[in-house]
Amino acid sequence: MNSYQGQAISWKLSDGVVELELHRQPCNEIGSLTLHELEQFAGVLPALEYEAHALIIHSSVKAGFCAGADLRELYQRSQALDKKEAAKAMRDFVERIHRVMNRLDESPLTTIAAVHGVCFGGGLELALTCDMIIADRMARFCFPELRLGLIPGFGGIPRLKRDLGNAVVRDLLLTGRSFNATKGQQIGLASQLAGEGEVLNAARATAAQMGKFDRATAIAAKRFIKPVPYEELRQEIEIFCELFSQPVVEAALKKFVESEDAQPYLP
Amino acid sequence: MDQTLDEVLALAALHFKVPREKLTPDDDFFKTLGIDSLQALDLLTRLEHHFHIELPDYELQGVSDFRTLAARIQARL
Repeated sequence: MNSYQGQAISWKLSDGVVELELHRQPCNEIGSLTLHELEQFAGVLPALEYEAHALIIHSSVKAGFCAGADLRELYQRSQALDKKEAAKAMRDFVERIHRVMNRLDESPLTTIAAVHGVCFGGGLELALTCDMIIADRMARFCFPELRLGLIPGFGGIPRLKRDLGNAVVRDLLLTGRSFNATKGQQIGLASQLAGEGEVLNAARATAAQMGKFDRATAIAAKRFIKPVPYEELRQEIEIFCELFSQPVVEAALKKFVESEDAQPYLP
Repeated sequence: MDQTLDEVLALAALHFKVPREKLTPDDDFFKTLGIDSLQALDLLTRLEHHFHIELPDYELQGVSDFRTLAARIQARL
């Protein structure tokens, strides 16, 4: 199978490059549908890895790459269940998303996140699984989870710590502030910037360059350069699930979901 | 400050395709430009690039008029 068209994601294999496209409106929020389709993608990755050398993850949604977890679905699910069941459902969801994220992180393909617009929370965590982030000049990044009484729960902290200085990590996490692509490049998050609307072309050119090298060497280099921080990822799940059961989270989710404020994405 | 405010108004008018003369310093930019929170972040990014500054979004909490927005930018120049 060289292509797949889902409701939230699609992918195609062409010239040794897999392009995974996110296309769920309004901004690729990651809920059960997206997770299910990402799991399906992870399931076919072994076959794709046999034929391809690179993977590009990008979005065709105008608003951006991904605004993070689907907070409305998260809140509605927590309301439909009692507290114990809601906590279990959340843990199941987080365990599943970690398996997908780890699988992407571990892939022997050279992986590129081509990011434009909003890249927040779970969207940034998805981008951080990739070997490199190429950012549109107008992209904006953020880990807003502390505003909800949570920490990032899709593997964000260990992967951010892997790539950035700890002082910057603390600033970004503890303020929950968003920052632009230029800042993202300055701190080492994005390795390349592209002109507005050109990020996918830049990612394709980069993937083509990567295809010139011996695959076994590229795989060995990736394994050496980019270890997966499994122990910290496991710790993150435990901390996230513990925090999720706190009343402050339910109150914050309710406030977000029911907000008529024009600025739900601002702190 | 006046120049900063003028540049903010000009950039907002240009990007969101609103006649410059329809924008005044005390307008609620969400309403006047007809933008949502994501578009407000887009405006923030464009302003940061234009003025070569970094403006943490928490400094914009509760800010919805061009005059205060320009003052926040001025404080980072």
